[in-house]
Amino acid sequence: MAQAQLPLETPLSLPGHPKAWKWYDYFTFNVDHKVIGIQYLVTAFIFYLIGGLMAVAMRTELATADSDFLNPNLYNAFMTNHGTIMIFFWVVPAAIGGFGNYLVPLMIGARDMAFPRLNALAFWLNPPAGALLLASFLFGGAQAGWTAYPPLSTITATTAQSMWILAIVLVGTSSILGAVNFIVTIWKMKVPSMRWNQLPLFCWAMLATSLLALVSTPVLAVGLILLLFDINFGTSFYRPDAGGNVIIYQHLFWFYSHPAVYLMILPIFGIMSEVIPVHARKPIFGYQAIAYSSLAICCVGLFVWVHHMFTSGTPPWMRMFFTISTLIVAVPTGVKIFSWVATLWGGKIRLNSAMLFAIGLLSMFVLGGLSGVTLGTAPVDIHVHDTYYVVAHFHYVLFGGSVFGLYAGIYHWFPKITGRLLDERLGILHFVLTFIGTNLTFLPMHELGLKGMPRRVAMYDPQFEPINFICTIGAFVLAFSIIPFLINVLWSWNKGKIAGDNPWGGLSLEWTTSSPPPIENWEVLPVVTKGPYDYGIEQRKGSTNENEEE
Amino acid sequence: MQGTIDSQTTAITADHGHEHPDFRVLGLLVFLISESLMFGGLFAAYLLLRGMHAQWPPEGTEVELLVPTINTLLLLSSSFVIHYGDVAIKRDDVRSMRKWYWITAAMGAVFLGGQVYEYLTLGYGLRTNVFANCFYVMTGFHGLHVFVGILLILGVIWRSRRPGHYSAQKHTGVTMAEIYWHFVDVIWIILFTLLYILTRF
Repeated sequence: MAQAQLPLETPLSLPGHPKAWKWYDYFTFNVDHKVIGIQYLVTAFIFYLIGGLMAVAMRTELATADSDFLNPNLYNAFMTNHGTIMIFFWVVPAAIGGFGNYLVPLMIGARDMAFPRLNALAFWLNPPAGALLLASFLFGGAQAGWTAYPPLSTITATTAQSMWILAIVLVGTSSILGAVNFIVTIWKMKVPSMRWNQLPLFCWAMLATSLLALVSTPVLAVGLILLLFDINFGTSFYRPDAGGNVIIYQHLFWFYSHPAVYLMILPIFGIMSEVIPVHARKPIFGYQAIAYSSLAICCVGLFVWVHHMFTSGTPPWMRMFFTISTLIVAVPTGVKIFSWVATLWGGKIRLNSAMLFAIGLLSMFVLGGLSGVTLGTAPVDIHVHDTYYVVAHFHYVLFGGSVFGLYAGIYHWFPKITGRLLDERLGILHFVLTFIGTNLTFLPMHELGLKGMPRRVAMYDPQFEPINFICTIGAFVLAFSIIPFLINVLWSWNKGKIAGDNPWGGLSLEWTTSSPPPIENWEVLPVVTKGPYDYGIEQRKGSTNENEEE
Repeated sequence: MQGTIDSQTTAITADHGHEHPDFRVLGLLVFLISESLMFGGLFAAYLLLRGMHAQWPPEGTEVELLVPTINTLLLLSSSFVIHYGDVAIKRDDVRSMRKWYWITAAMGAVFLGGQVYEYLTLGYGLRTNVFANCFYVMTGFHGLHVFVGILLILGVIWRSRRPGHYSAQKHTGVTMAEIYWHFVDVIWIILFTLLYILTRF
């Protein structure tokens, strides 16, 4: 342990060692996975703000039963693009592109991804796609919802709809290229001393996510390209009057878009499995169960898509099959939830912002999961199809789940990414506002849905006005919850407390390098001598390694 | 707190690990899984549409067989030709690799020519009916892949003009172009079966 005598700040200038990146490097075709990760995270966050403003505008409209704030076409455009942006331009790129790119090589002890240039290309497909999507507002904005079902999508705002399709195909391509990169990286580039059962659970989750993206995204691309042909080139794949069939679109669309739900939640599950054991100071409960349940979700998740189509004239045997498969997919998800709860049980829990968001996710996702199970059963689904019950469900999963998880990840890895800690008081304020806002906005929507209020409408029956007003207040609370977060990030990035290499005492490899990590991650590659979650195990063995500073 | 970390990192590996083995072939194979699913989606849509119609292809749509059959044979044999190129480079014979790759590219170009000829002479256009929609989109999409394959082969030929760029030990690019070409070939076999042969029954 000779090197332990050097102060941590000592710059080790090896010959030929590259310097740190400058600010403008983040605006170029840079191939460093960490730069790309930050590019993804920041770009995605900007889109999150844009999509969030759209949501606030919609909730303002919905505060009263009449159409008095947005005109109905603009409402439809906001509704469509809010969904599209939050899915394709915020959660997917932030979770997979952002955290995935930043963390996977660091966690497996690699200097970069397997295909760095492909990685940069995958990122740079995103800004033009986003620009295309926003530019579609010049042509009225796509009107048909993020699902873009024909015939609605083939007859309304066709120019904007075509731009929408091209934008999605671009991000889809990005997603496929990213998936290829992650699969090869995780499969082949683990540091030689790392066995598969020492792979951090985030990487397991990313592997499952990437496999899912790899096989499902191209099918969406096909569905959308056929739609593009129908809109622009006079074909009739989805025109029943000319021998086509709209249901085929729904199959192609949901074959991707149901797995897309897992693309948005599996990486978040990975983040949870990293954040919880570190801040509970306990080994993760059921490492293998969590790792394999990711793969199980990936496999079963490919065979549940028709539960979105129970009211699309689906034959009874199909409803039966897909109800059962949908209920089965809840099992591996439950395995994870129970494992996290068991990890927390009896842990020495640090209730900081990262952990608060993780526990917040746990509680909210259970609610979203329960409404998901009810929606997955055909009889209930047929009753509440296309009502606010569905809106409530997927916002509990995607906001209470994915977005909470992304926040947890940001609070957890911000010190690694920037070298500085986020302010805890602002973080807790952010959590409290977000938690209240989420429940105020989305919990009443269950009741709205069960009472029969349809979704995707700008005007509604006045009897729903009081509950809608509560939802709108919640939406404003959520909007304001961003402010302490933004102040926190911008201030801490420049002036926050210096974090040091390992502020949380984590054991996975990303904490073995400096914060922020040098360009090729380590001067000397780390060697894995124990599992990533062996908290407290060393002390039991009476190790002699506890003689360093502090 | 620091102690737990150092226990992980004490051992030192000498090499800096800037180089890692070449994973490009593996990456291509993984990517081709994705490509297969893209064609898979098209095939599924086609079969669903076919299943909906009592008569397929619809009345008055005659499927030509002569040119496509010649084309199929051409594309199938080109897979063998390109493999000779791969065998050649493994013997370090760049010249004959270039020869075989030229022949493959030419065969691909003739295939595309045949495709265009078929488009020009068929009795139906893209918009005629759902079968015609499928026919043009599927063959067109496959044709695009053949075109990309030809570009890859030409790229290999272009790079191989520099002596020593490819050798018996180092020919990843050559192998990748070959794998892609075989893939395009396999897709065509399924496409030909679905669009031509099965319409006869």
